[in-house]
Amino acid sequence: MTAVEPPLERRAVISGIGQSAIGRPLDRTDIDITVEACLAAVADAGLTRDDIDGLSTYPGMGAGTPGFAGPSSPEVQDALRLRLNWHDGGGEGAGQMRAVIAACLAVAAGLARHVLVYRTVSESTAQGSGGRQGIGGGGGGGGVPRFSGFLQWSLPFGAVSAVNWIALVAQRRMHEFGLTREQLGQIALNGRRNAADNPSAIYRQPMDLADYLDARMISTPLCLFDCDAPCDGSTAFVVSHRDYAPDTPHPACHVNAVGTALRGRPSWDQFDDPTSMAARDAAASMWERTDLRPSDVDVAQLYDGFSILAMVWLEALGFCGRGESGPFVADGTAIGRAGVLPLNTAGGQLSGGRLHGFGLIHEACVQLRGQGGERQVYRRGTSVPEVAAVSNGGGPIAGTMLLTRGEG
Amino acid sequence: MLARGPAFRLLPRIDQDNRFFWASGADGRLRFLRCGHCRSYVHPPAPRCPECLSEELSPEAVSGRATVVAYTCNVQQWIPGSEPYLIGLVAIDEQESVRLTTNLVDVELDQVREGMPVEVVFEHNDDVYLPLFRPATDAEAQP
Repeated sequence: MTAVEPPLERRAVISGIGQSAIGRPLDRTDIDITVEACLAAVADAGLTRDDIDGLSTYPGMGAGTPGFAGPSSPEVQDALRLRLNWHDGGGEGAGQMRAVIAACLAVAAGLARHVLVYRTVSESTAQGSGGRQGIGGGGGGGGVPRFSGFLQWSLPFGAVSAVNWIALVAQRRMHEFGLTREQLGQIALNGRRNAADNPSAIYRQPMDLADYLDARMISTPLCLFDCDAPCDGSTAFVVSHRDYAPDTPHPACHVNAVGTALRGRPSWDQFDDPTSMAARDAAASMWERTDLRPSDVDVAQLYDGFSILAMVWLEALGFCGRGESGPFVADGTAIGRAGVLPLNTAGGQLSGGRLHGFGLIHEACVQLRGQGGERQVYRRGTSVPEVAAVSNGGGPIAGTMLLTRGEG
Repeated sequence: MLARGPAFRLLPRIDQDNRFFWASGADGRLRFLRCGHCRSYVHPPAPRCPECLSEELSPEAVSGRATVVAYTCNVQQWIPGSEPYLIGLVAIDEQESVRLTTNLVDVELDQVREGMPVEVVFEHNDDVYLPLFRPATDAEAQP
């Protein structure tokens, strides 16, 4: 059901996209790669920095574990000497794409005309030669901090990484829906196949099901290849008012609808349905804002910080029934580039690198613009996709949007 | 043989709201806030009943019995020196919507199942009694 007035986000387009070098590690500073991505996006939009009057980022200053946050919006504003009418940065909201959604609403409200939005990670550099870190550090010794808020309910039990919390989702799905490791592995294998045709991807060497099944366990039933690849990289967009769309050098990607709902409890362990969590609500709220249906979607870029999350999103967005994502992906055909729903065509985060949601939005735009090169998806054999679905987040964190080539 | 948890326990910061919960195991009983008005159990602790907004909340002992909702065996050494251990998500018998993330102990990976009845056993660390769960001793009496 669509409201009488079109949803306000439909006044926004993604007019420009940019990405820095991506590496593991890059040996460059956060601000350096962020400026690279931002200037690329501004030029791609056919603009100069003098045209930029809005700035937005996720998650903002100092949030999370080392390498997670990237530079704050004041640092980027100052580095580019931007003169802003609107600015925003924060880590709470509808997934990482909350920064893009905020930009859409700012444009729709007339607070800004061209908003620069970026997300930078340097988790490979932060990780150094050691392994990936849990939350709360390794413990031991004197003066160990104690934990308040939601972390107090998980860290004492050694549930110190999102992989632990999400492994519970995967295991529950095995129990309720008969999900198998062979099915789960198809998400990783699909990503790896697509990464082979993405020169920027982190992992491009071929991988088969035996490689997947033999990988070391991290937190059962999730193995190494169910976890995304920490990397260094920055992704940026220019979100403009749709009035600018006729003047963009490349086809503008129109924001058709966004999904931001969180109707269950905002908690990893108390959410009513542990097999879906917030993806269910975000997806439902997006479809309430558009006349497009799941069958209209030509290509999907679904969050795969962990493989199982892409399966949760496939169901939440209605591309298959609840509990049916295992059979849906089973032989890899449906989600392949020639399938009914090409998925994570740049390799996703599992093989493309953990650009934390923004890499998926970037690839949705690449596909709608027909700039995918070797990995470009063609519908009905010849035409560039017209509708792309993108999602960000897992557990109690979720945001989703539909982008269209043309006004949709 | 699986470990009972990580090699080192990160602990909660005790405050006025959570002290009753983390100290509850001193007498071997598990407690949650319960609303005197609508009788809901409330977790995590909240200033008012989130269901009916009553202020009549007080800690109440429960049976300590729960059911396994999901589990995972953590293998990665996030905390140095840790051997593999089981993390469980359990729902308390008194109210299915109240869940705890915990360690499942005295059970092996190939024995644990969703729906398995479990019971609380406390591990004392400093001023904190961590509620862990083991297979219920009269499990055969359960459905």
